[in-house]
Amino acid sequence: MSTLNVRLLYTLAWRNVWRNHRRTFVILVAIAFGIWSMVTLAAIMRGMIEQQVRNVINNLTGHIQVHAVGYRDDPVVDNSMPPPGPHMVEVLRGEHVRAWSTRVRVPAVVASERESAGVTLVGIDPEAEQGLSFIAEAVTEGRYLESSGDCGVLLGRKLVERLETSLGKRVVLMSQDVDNEIADRGFRVVGVFDANMEATETGYVFTGRSVAQEMLRLGENISELALVARDRQDLGAVLQLLVRVAPGLDIQPWTKLEPLLVLTVKMYEATMLIWFVVVFLAMSFGLVNTLLMAVFERTREIGLFQALGMRPGFLLSQVLLESLTVLMIGLVMGNVLAWATIASLADGLNLSAFAEGLEWAGISSVIYPLISASDVISANLLVLVLGIVASLYPAWRAARRVPVEAITRI
Amino acid sequence: MEQNVICRGLSKTYQQDAIIVQALSGIDLDVPKGDFVCLSGPSGSGKTTLLNLVGGLDAPTGGEITVAGQRVDLMSQAQLATMRLMHLGFVFQAYNLIPVLTARENVEFVMQLQGMDRKERRARARAILEDVGLEGLENRRPAQLSGGQQQRVAVARAMVSGPSLVLADEPTANLDSRNGEMLLELMRKMNEGRGVTFIIATHEQLVMDHARRLIRLHDGRIVSDELQR
Repeated sequence: MSTLNVRLLYTLAWRNVWRNHRRTFVILVAIAFGIWSMVTLAAIMRGMIEQQVRNVINNLTGHIQVHAVGYRDDPVVDNSMPPPGPHMVEVLRGEHVRAWSTRVRVPAVVASERESAGVTLVGIDPEAEQGLSFIAEAVTEGRYLESSGDCGVLLGRKLVERLETSLGKRVVLMSQDVDNEIADRGFRVVGVFDANMEATETGYVFTGRSVAQEMLRLGENISELALVARDRQDLGAVLQLLVRVAPGLDIQPWTKLEPLLVLTVKMYEATMLIWFVVVFLAMSFGLVNTLLMAVFERTREIGLFQALGMRPGFLLSQVLLESLTVLMIGLVMGNVLAWATIASLADGLNLSAFAEGLEWAGISSVIYPLISASDVISANLLVLVLGIVASLYPAWRAARRVPVEAITRI
Repeated sequence: MEQNVICRGLSKTYQQDAIIVQALSGIDLDVPKGDFVCLSGPSGSGKTTLLNLVGGLDAPTGGEITVAGQRVDLMSQAQLATMRLMHLGFVFQAYNLIPVLTARENVEFVMQLQGMDRKERRARARAILEDVGLEGLENRRPAQLSGGQQQRVAVARAMVSGPSLVLADEPTANLDSRNGEMLLELMRKMNEGRGVTFIIATHEQLVMDHARRLIRLHDGRIVSDELQR
């Protein structure tokens, strides 16, 4: 098809689109609303997914964890491991790793003078933990731990309330040591932390790693090593290096450590796809109907085009181009609206009315929508490609008419 | 004399439910190049059907049609489209302009499909619109033109690309006598000045009076074929 004919095609398509303003407006609103809902909902869901993943990764999981074999099934002192050797330290200080730390992490009981609760005692290296997990930034009352030998404890706000204790008071932590003897020790509450989820505030008690090692008579041994890589999507290289230097240890990425989260992410993505298809189906009925009406209304005109020598392929292209024009305008409108909506939610979408349910699912009550290029491209491509496919029928109807039938129709 | 249209044993039947209508039956016709032929007859006599078959807008059920040396009855839809584009011009009863295009764009339409460059297209469109007396109205859309003006645009469009044959179906039916007269004068001028063959289907005396040759049809058959002047 020559450039001249393409120009003619486009002129006809553009003017035909605006021939019936009201009808074009209705279908444009339908397309724009459809793509707006797809992109906006995808951004909100993507924001929720990302927040959930970040919460879990921040909540001590990191991107990769190293344990003694058996620790993940039974996280007790017996399943501890030696601190990282020089080869592993070399990998951990390499280009792929942003932050790493060793921890002691065992089940324990914490008791105040009034109440007690089952918790996970986590002995941390406070300095190394910064940039690796949430705890360094979460202390809102009192102070953060100062060193690995700090004898104070950090409690979550909800746990403080449950234990009916407060900053500066003492609590007792009890667990089993390496000889399966009860190990207990009094600690002063030096800091209170707030977390996104209540389960985190009630589930963890933090102290210095050396103090925990001493209390549990672990020597230099640790329960886990966690790290955050430079790129969450590309953990293959660092995993390979770690396996090479520590073949006897259990080295797992976050996707294996948190299978439920991975399942949730997949479920969200499937829900998004279903939503995309439902919206598109609703939209496509309007599009096909509009185009069919436009074709039937112009039956005589189509016959005239044929009488004047327009080939069937040209007619098909003209109707498809009309459809493409409407789709493109609708997509631009929808994307601009979606962008404006998402920009207006930059400070977060407050869903505190549903906070309890959201927290159960591991989601914060304020959602920060996140535009993903792949979601936007998928939604737009889906509408564009399937929209063109849906237009093929009206276009084919137009192209296959016998000229005389069309031209003599009144 | 070189023939522009040749029909041999041409027939056409339509079937509507159980009823079979014989619209044309055994038509033999030769139309030489440059002729100005008028097909007349009562409604249902087969004038429009014959015109549609010659123009390749409809397919015959029997017989042969040759236009400008090409067998129309053997062509595919795409070949027919090309033949109409390169050799034929149409003028219909109900103006049949493209409503979203201006008068000039309507006239340029066929040339644009032919792939003619913009400069030549423009020049030809301007010249022919002047010939049909529509200078100054080039940028009006059909809805902004009167019936007579629209039909003149249709004639200009049919003529501008230099067809060898123009087929016109009741071209004056929706015009008053003054505009009808003007249109026929215009067609005669095109016929005499450019040597274009005209076949016009009509039942109006005014058109018959302008024809060089008058063919009368009745019940799908040619009943008379006379030279008038």
